[in-house]
Amino acid sequence: MARAADSRLWRALGSVGLTRERWERWPANLRNGAIALVAGAVLLPLIVPRVRFDGSLYIGYAVLVVLVVQPWTYLAPRWWQLLGRFGLSHERTRAWPAWARHGVIWAVLGSAWLVLIAAFGGFNASAIVTVLVIGALVVPPWSDVAVVGRAIVPAGVLAVVVMYPFYVDHMFTMPIFGSFPDVFTGVVMLVFIMMACGLNIVVGYAGLLDLGYVAFYALGAYSVAWFASLQFPQQTVHFGAVGIDKSLAGFHISVWLLLILAAAITSVGGIIIGVPTLRLRGDYLAIVTLGFGEILPQIARNGDNFLNTGFNLTNGPNGITPIDQPGFGERISDVTGGFLPASYPACCTASVLGHQVNPNDIFFWTAVVLLLFTVFCSWRLRDSRLGRAWIAIREDEIAASAMGVPLMRTKTWAYASGAFFGGIAGGFFASFKGATFPGDFIFNISVFILTMIILGGMGNIWGVLVGAGFLAYLNQAGLANTGAWLNDHGISGFLFGKGTQIDVPLYASGIYGTIILIVMLFRPEGLIPDRRRQVELHAEETHDESLYEVTH
Amino acid sequence: MKGGPQQGCTRTSRTGYSTHTMATEARAPSLVTGRKRPSALSIIGLILVGLLLFWLAINFVKTPTQFIDLFFLGLSLGMVYALVALGYTLVYGILELINFAHGDVFMLGGMLTTSMVVWFGIDQSASTGKVAVSIVPMLVIAAAFCGTLNVTIETIAYRPLRNAPRLAPLITALGVSFILQNVGLVWKGSAPVNIRSNILPTGDIFTIGSAAYSWKQLIIVLVTIPTLALLVWLVQKTKQGKAMRATAQDKDAAAIMGIDVNRTISFTFLIAGALAGVAGVLYALYVTSVSFDTGFRLGLFAFTAAVVGGIGNLPGAVLGGLLIGMIEQFNNGLTWHTPGSDWTSTIIFSILILILVFRPEGLLGERTPEGG
Repeated sequence: MARAADSRLWRALGSVGLTRERWERWPANLRNGAIALVAGAVLLPLIVPRVRFDGSLYIGYAVLVVLVVQPWTYLAPRWWQLLGRFGLSHERTRAWPAWARHGVIWAVLGSAWLVLIAAFGGFNASAIVTVLVIGALVVPPWSDVAVVGRAIVPAGVLAVVVMYPFYVDHMFTMPIFGSFPDVFTGVVMLVFIMMACGLNIVVGYAGLLDLGYVAFYALGAYSVAWFASLQFPQQTVHFGAVGIDKSLAGFHISVWLLLILAAAITSVGGIIIGVPTLRLRGDYLAIVTLGFGEILPQIARNGDNFLNTGFNLTNGPNGITPIDQPGFGERISDVTGGFLPASYPACCTASVLGHQVNPNDIFFWTAVVLLLFTVFCSWRLRDSRLGRAWIAIREDEIAASAMGVPLMRTKTWAYASGAFFGGIAGGFFASFKGATFPGDFIFNISVFILTMIILGGMGNIWGVLVGAGFLAYLNQAGLANTGAWLNDHGISGFLFGKGTQIDVPLYASGIYGTIILIVMLFRPEGLIPDRRRQVELHAEETHDESLYEVTH
Repeated sequence: MKGGPQQGCTRTSRTGYSTHTMATEARAPSLVTGRKRPSALSIIGLILVGLLLFWLAINFVKTPTQFIDLFFLGLSLGMVYALVALGYTLVYGILELINFAHGDVFMLGGMLTTSMVVWFGIDQSASTGKVAVSIVPMLVIAAAFCGTLNVTIETIAYRPLRNAPRLAPLITALGVSFILQNVGLVWKGSAPVNIRSNILPTGDIFTIGSAAYSWKQLIIVLVTIPTLALLVWLVQKTKQGKAMRATAQDKDAAAIMGIDVNRTISFTFLIAGALAGVAGVLYALYVTSVSFDTGFRLGLFAFTAAVVGGIGNLPGAVLGGLLIGMIEQFNNGLTWHTPGSDWTSTIIFSILILILVFRPEGLLGERTPEGG
């Protein structure tokens, strides 16, 4: 029956010149594309009357066809063939110096990007400047220009970041993602990048999976909250706090000192959690850290009546608020000519480069300084004796132990170092927001930070910075903007029925889950891989073949 | 934690599924054995257990009715934990993978049940007979659904990473867990799905003092016990069960003996998923409320149960499930020096941590070098 229908179909197609032999000679992706085109042409008229008709329907259709056709595998050889006709064959371009190749790629992608921005109506001069800045950083062979040259890219990136508050208001609008994140969002992103760097020490360097990193974040936040708020009104202790009335009850200690204290407390916390558990194997350790990551926030939630003693440790679900904000005090501010503000919330009257500096900007630059400190430490730690011991443990625990690496001590140090930065980040964040709530410290945050370093590339600082920056942006603003774009353009309606509005941020954890799954399956070393880790991950495929067959 | 030595270590020290009837295999010496556990640890552990028993005894004397009531409640909830814990332990036994997604497979089983209740027309009111007739197809459908789902997850997400460093599939499992949670979220929304609370008959069978044992609780037992019997028969008596045990002990040797390892692993995931499906039906009908994040918390509690009993050990998972269920209920309901339901997670996870620190092989499991 089916066979008869099949042969009849081929006879019909043959009469318009598409015989079976010809069809089978086509490349596979072209055949898939043809099927997708026909299927779409049949299905579209069925769907169209039911949904609001607009262009997005055809965008979706085009995306589907492109995905099925996979033109990149089909086009790449033809692309080089075409270029070869103009004397730019693959072999010849490969012999070019790196800057020339990078320049061509930059020119092609940059102009494509500009066209895209223009097509979405977000174009202004800043887009061209952005492309030029990226070109200046990427195209010239900086790393070959001696020692000074190697610092140019990081210095350039740093300059771009530091100047951000000055130019963010004049930036172009990105396609789909909308406008650039404001400075407030920028501070949150920097805090999360900092936490990702801290977790990278534990997971990326030492290879210990920590699923409870949020516990350190919480501990840091509460350490600052306790000693810089009205939480303990029985005591009135003031030490170096700025902008606080001297008669105010509770502990009010300088936030700078508290950041150090928070780092110390979380490090000790890391050691306390680590000592009994670090001798467990990797996956048990992950579960134990997850347990701690659930216990600490629960203590925070129920801590308004700690152990039924009536002692209010954490103010329970209402959280601790307000928390003092940092500042340098009048004297230091005067000495530095007002460069270091006396008090952050009361800042600032100065107008720099035509930009009225506000407290968020000051917090942003402080976060940049803290992040620089974190990056510097994790970079120096990686190359230190301790860092090499971590990597040795990650690669082979038994061999490392045999070579004299003290396992327990080295792992505990990894925990303490990772916790250290988590504590600073948490403490700074609490002071920035002026509040800390137990609801901020859920398991999803731990996995969220883990996703950042997996996406970026475990163990690679640049990778972690990029991955964390991107995901923190998505979490803070990107998902909401994307959702708004989808809803405004009727795509949600097209996908899920007329008039549907998708609340994209609601599905954030599913999106992270998908990112984790895709990265682990297709590029386990992350976007910007650590070279050493990449070798490790792929060495498995050649050395450790198992006897039975695994179908990939 | 990776590469050759890991594999070597794995091969010599695997215990596979240990059950009472199975002979203990000889264990080759391993690099990490020989470290004597200080007896101080055992003493602290014993003191903790002693305090726990003392606390239970005082509570029993003070409020016997409540105590027995909670015992029955814990028994029923513990059965559900046991079924989910078995899924963790089966998968861990064969792949040494903590399948984080398992709790969410269970959750989707519960979600499916809330839909099936509507499909079978027992959502508003129905005779006891109709409920009794619908419950069996519901169990079968949920088991088939969750089993298939679990096999699909294994094929797509875990199989390609079979030879990757062992943390890779663990992280992937985390991702799958999040994806499944969001499937539940898209499917049923963010609010808990409630169903009629008296689908299972709520009448009492017998009472001790004023503590009552209800039909609802008996039905949980009536479903769980045959399921467990079926599982034991599958693992102990069938050829496929033998293949599972062999694969759990040593995959390479099993392959040499002609066992299709991939198929056996898929089969294990099928059984684990089916148990989660049965648990999902029971949970949904008993608790009558399922939300998209039910699976995460309950999954972790069930994992704790598997660890308490000794991971990889099938009777251990059941024992652990019952213990965790009772501890949870006692903590929620007792009055004398009881932390209360605000602290349930803290207590369960503390138990998890204490067990892993003091007795990583669990109550019934055997001491494995990697565990300690």
